[in-house]
Amino acid sequence: MTDVVSSTAGVLAKPARRDIGIKRRYAAERRFRAYGIAALSFGILFLMLLLWSVVSKGYTAFQQTMITIPVEFSQQIIDKDNVRATDPAKLMTANYPIVARNALAKVLGVAETDRQGLRAVNQMISDGVRGQLRDMVVSDPEIIGTTQTVSLLAAGDIDSAVKGQINLDVAETSRKVSDQQVGWMKQLTDSGALAKEFNTGIFFNGASSRPEAAGVGVALIGSFYMMLIVLVLSLPIGVAASIYLEEFAPKNRFTDLIEVNINNLAAVPSIVYGLLGLAVFINFMGLPRSASLVGGLVLTLMTLPTIIIATRAALKAVPPSIRAAALGLGASKMQTIFHHVLPLAMPGILTGTIIGLAHALGETAPLLLIGMVAFVANYPTTPMDPSTALPVQIYMWANEAERAFVERTSGAIMILLLFLILMNVGAILLRRRFERRW
Amino acid sequence: MNMMSEAAVEKALDKKMNDVAYKMIGKDVSVYYGDKRALYDVNLNVRQNTVTALIGPSGCGKSTFLRTMNRMNDTIEGCRVTGKITLDGDDIYDKEIDVVELRARVGMVFQKPNPFPKSIYENIAYGPRIHGLARGKTEMDAIVEASLQRAGLWAEVKDRLHEGGTGLSGGQQQRLCIARAIAVSPEVILMDEPCSALDPIATAKVEELIHELRANYTIVIVTHSMQQAARVSQRTAMFHLGHLVEENDTDKMFTNPDDQRTQDYIMGRFG
Repeated sequence: MTDVVSSTAGVLAKPARRDIGIKRRYAAERRFRAYGIAALSFGILFLMLLLWSVVSKGYTAFQQTMITIPVEFSQQIIDKDNVRATDPAKLMTANYPIVARNALAKVLGVAETDRQGLRAVNQMISDGVRGQLRDMVVSDPEIIGTTQTVSLLAAGDIDSAVKGQINLDVAETSRKVSDQQVGWMKQLTDSGALAKEFNTGIFFNGASSRPEAAGVGVALIGSFYMMLIVLVLSLPIGVAASIYLEEFAPKNRFTDLIEVNINNLAAVPSIVYGLLGLAVFINFMGLPRSASLVGGLVLTLMTLPTIIIATRAALKAVPPSIRAAALGLGASKMQTIFHHVLPLAMPGILTGTIIGLAHALGETAPLLLIGMVAFVANYPTTPMDPSTALPVQIYMWANEAERAFVERTSGAIMILLLFLILMNVGAILLRRRFERRW
Repeated sequence: MNMMSEAAVEKALDKKMNDVAYKMIGKDVSVYYGDKRALYDVNLNVRQNTVTALIGPSGCGKSTFLRTMNRMNDTIEGCRVTGKITLDGDDIYDKEIDVVELRARVGMVFQKPNPFPKSIYENIAYGPRIHGLARGKTEMDAIVEASLQRAGLWAEVKDRLHEGGTGLSGGQQQRLCIARAIAVSPEVILMDEPCSALDPIATAKVEELIHELRANYTIVIVTHSMQQAARVSQRTAMFHLGHLVEENDTDKMFTNPDDQRTQDYIMGRFG
């Protein structure tokens, strides 16, 4: 540049317009957009793969093979000595699987003396019929001695075979379903006795070592209790803490320290909260193990930082002019916050809370440490009763070996995803509902 | 006893010293933001039922002074005020003074129209409600109507009182904010560049409104527009670098100011 100026001897030459590379700039922009689209497509592809893999494996979990046959509630087997009037326990402990086995053997034409045949027949039916028939008899003892048409749960292996998940081409000795049973399956299917029905059990049953009788009922209740506890505790505590920190607390070293700590707590691995819960709630405070109360408390601790950070961001985002307007009218600080700032921050607070809740709903690690990895067959009636949680149930089923548990694992994942989607839709709707423009 | 009589004497002296009625008196007012000093011993008296314009280049402290008059500076961290400001003879920085009550008596209109994201009705009704000025809905309706009437907005919005206040035009929003300030029946209205975000037509309307409000209220207005100061005010105070340069009748100020700096500023030589 100096050369140019000196060569024109003092006359200010109009500097030549530099080549600023317009083409390169546009090319860079196009490239950047292409990167973005590529990244998005990549993400969507993997999401699709994940969903496809879960759904394709799991949709069969919502079907269950049932064998609908006439069952004779034989007095001989259930209550031989006719003592049920004086000994109610008799009906609870009777050998109901034999009742079901005999009924199926009769339909299939297996002689009562063919012990091997009877054993094969027995393997066709789930042990879950014990509870099924017992409940029928206990609720109405009159049916003893009569014959009723009952839909019996098919055994897990038969269920898998019907769904085509067991390869019937391999040698008979190396598969779980014998040729004889396959023949019976065909026979029953042709007569219409064996059919796939919608599996309500997966939603309502508790834990069971038999896949066909296992369900997420207990886990759903446990998760529901925990979400309730998390919501009731973390929303008010979190919002109150944020309002204090954001609006009232003096800005000094101490509050800076608190702020840093809250941000760090949000990044602490969740299993650490499990250890904390084990030490404080179970060992120190003596709360019961496996209880959804403890789970809820632990998840509350875990969710609090998320809610506090989201709430503070929402409070900060309220324009200062609104505060000034309210203060200028003579509203007290409290009135300014509760009448104007908080309603405007509400969408952000609710979104943060629901995201925190959804996070808590899918959390497994801390629950492992407080004993929620438990075999719980009965519904918990209070949060103090033992229960499990949805993600923990998935974890436990994923560890099971039976083929039928594989589909149930995916089925439970679908149920969990459904709840997560519902919560996120709820967050969006609440946001829309409360959003106000200024 | 002795203290009280002293204060009473001082009050009487203030009155006697000035034949005109002073609504607010600022005496040796200095403001610090942390270590930085924004105002240097400002002595400025505000006359009753008068429009006082505060002018001066950006950053000269006129808005700061305005905000000390209803203690809006309290909300700024690290802000410290020394000196004395009185409202009808009472020190507004006295510990006994309730800042909520003070702001009800000394209302404020801001630079940018800032209606609440609520209905027009709710915008006006909020102040009277928190101060308990209305008993029942009919009284509240009356206050809302009167305030909007005075702000000259009633005819334009009477059919859509329950629609959002943020849906109004900028000029209407600013008049809504003035109506909102009026609704709590203040004695003094502070306006911080109320027309800087408005077009000339809306500005004219607000200026006209200020003119009318003078009959009932004492008004202090910060403005960057010399013409506006000349049009709406009776008294003008000129600030420069945190000092009060001159305070005079507006007519004198714009024709024959005492201070050279005022003349330079008004002629557009700096600022």
